[in-house]
Amino acid sequence: MKIKITTDGLRESRWYEYIGRFLFGGAVTALTGIIAKHFGPEIGGLFLAFPAIFPATATLIEKHEQRKKEEAGQEGTARGRAAAGVDAAGAAMGSMGLGIFAVVVWQGLPKTTVGVVLSIATLAWLVTSMGVWLFREILWRRLRAHRSHDSSHTLSTSTHTTRSTKRRLDE
Amino acid sequence: MKEIAIRVIVGGVVVSAFALLGDLLKPKSFAGLFGAAPSVALATLFLTVAKNGQEFARLEARSMILGAVAFFVYASVVSRLLIRKRLAVLSVTSWSMMLWFVCAFGLWHALLG
Repeated sequence: MKIKITTDGLRESRWYEYIGRFLFGGAVTALTGIIAKHFGPEIGGLFLAFPAIFPATATLIEKHEQRKKEEAGQEGTARGRAAAGVDAAGAAMGSMGLGIFAVVVWQGLPKTTVGVVLSIATLAWLVTSMGVWLFREILWRRLRAHRSHDSSHTLSTSTHTTRSTKRRLDE
Repeated sequence: MKEIAIRVIVGGVVVSAFALLGDLLKPKSFAGLFGAAPSVALATLFLTVAKNGQEFARLEARSMILGAVAFFVYASVVSRLLIRKRLAVLSVTSWSMMLWFVCAFGLWHALLG
């Protein structure tokens, strides 16, 4: 599946949702600092990978997807939930990059300045996350081709239908 | 108080920027990568090095590796529950936070504690 840049997502969001994200993100960052100050860097560091903003983001995705379906006259609850699930699968892949980001900062900080280390670490996060995503896409495509080749027509059709449904959810 | 205000502004800007990037991208699974962007870490580590020095930030980064493993477990479970069981998003994402706490602190206790 091709990666696309689209403004659809921006049109779906309301102004107050952006303010909510800003305030929530700011509050989590401030809270992380307070935790590190009171409990030390070893505990505070855990919260640098805390999925605090995730429930809010997933709820927005559910709401947007549900609204889109209901405007088309269809029931959107299940579709909204599944769409949030697909987003969570992406976050799971991104979290592997998050781990690499942390390793780069941990190993790189004494050797060079914080600006350089954080730039390299962010690039490492992006490359790792995209690499995992691409690997999964290629693997999935090959697996699908292999299954449809091996299976009987009936089984193939039903597998294909399930996979197509999943694919549509990802769009 | 001034430090907290700076953290709120810097954190808010960085988190919003990554969220906006996620909004612009398709397919959803790819946009989801930005749900695990190092936004809070970027905002925090810059300020931490400036205030507490590099060694403090290094220790935070080392613990962050364990937090990221816990994030992976959390996001994988949430994804499975939402796609397969189609449960309510807010309750699944909120209740599963317990899983993050158990994994993160369990790993910390086993490896660093």
